[in-house]
Amino acid sequence: MRAHVLIRPKAGILDPQGEAVQRALPALGFAGVTNVHVGRLVELDVEEPAQLESMCERLLANPLVEDYEIVLAG
Amino acid sequence: MKFGVLRFPGSCDEVDALGAARRVADAELLWHGDSDLKGADAIVVPGGFSYGDYLRAGAIARFAPVMESVIDFAEDGGLVLGICNGFQVLCEARLLPGALLVNANRRFTFRQVELEVLNSGGSFTRGCSIGERLSIPAKHSWGRYHADGETLAAMDRAGQIVLRYAQGENFNGSVHEIAGVSNERGNVFGLMPHPEHAVDELMGGSTDGLKIFESMRLTVEGAHV
Repeated sequence: MRAHVLIRPKAGILDPQGEAVQRALPALGFAGVTNVHVGRLVELDVEEPAQLESMCERLLANPLVEDYEIVLAG
Repeated sequence: MKFGVLRFPGSCDEVDALGAARRVADAELLWHGDSDLKGADAIVVPGGFSYGDYLRAGAIARFAPVMESVIDFAEDGGLVLGICNGFQVLCEARLLPGALLVNANRRFTFRQVELEVLNSGGSFTRGCSIGERLSIPAKHSWGRYHADGETLAAMDRAGQIVLRYAQGENFNGSVHEIAGVSNERGNVFGLMPHPEHAVDELMGGSTDGLKIFESMRLTVEGAHV
């Protein structure tokens, strides 16, 4: 099964990449953009989707500083 | 006394760490794929870009065969020093609390930094005095130390915040100006600046880094008396 794992910086932790992107957009004329955050996407095929949470906890994300979201793509 | 200095694919400071350790004791390189620590009395996890820093710095190295042995060694009370990437590896291995995040300024930064010793009672700083300043170079992109408030309060109470950046020196934006931390037991220590690059007057005019290696030697040899 195809899975997407979305990994984001935890709320409240400084996200310098998100801030840099947020500052760059108005310079290109895009107004009204706020709350920009930059994370990672891991795509993978798995035989046992039930193992995905453990994969995230142990390797794919660092739960101390990142939130993850598992999306099964079918 | 013998130091074991780990070498991962992508390590780049293991030779300097080996040279620094050899100024105070014997030292040997330990290959990442080999789980034998070869009788080392203390371990150094060096700086660099282990396994290309893929995914997160230190995330893959944490699962190397040698690290399984280092985790057992640390759990038995053995001294483990993590420098820069080694600090990141020890945090990923949960041998140390917290995590290292991208510098607040988003830039790779290389500069001499002034550090203050907050705890001189431990195994890695017993050669220093409280409030002493150490001048040591730092060079990294991912050095912003982070831990949650509850963890920081517990670390503070237990004396685990061993080194902090002096006023105006916290270029990476670390929480509470933290530069180096130990575990609760005090036998595992990590810092972002590089003591192995400050062991000779030719290296930026400071030999302050030697105090860390010398403190480790005193700890190991004291334990054997």
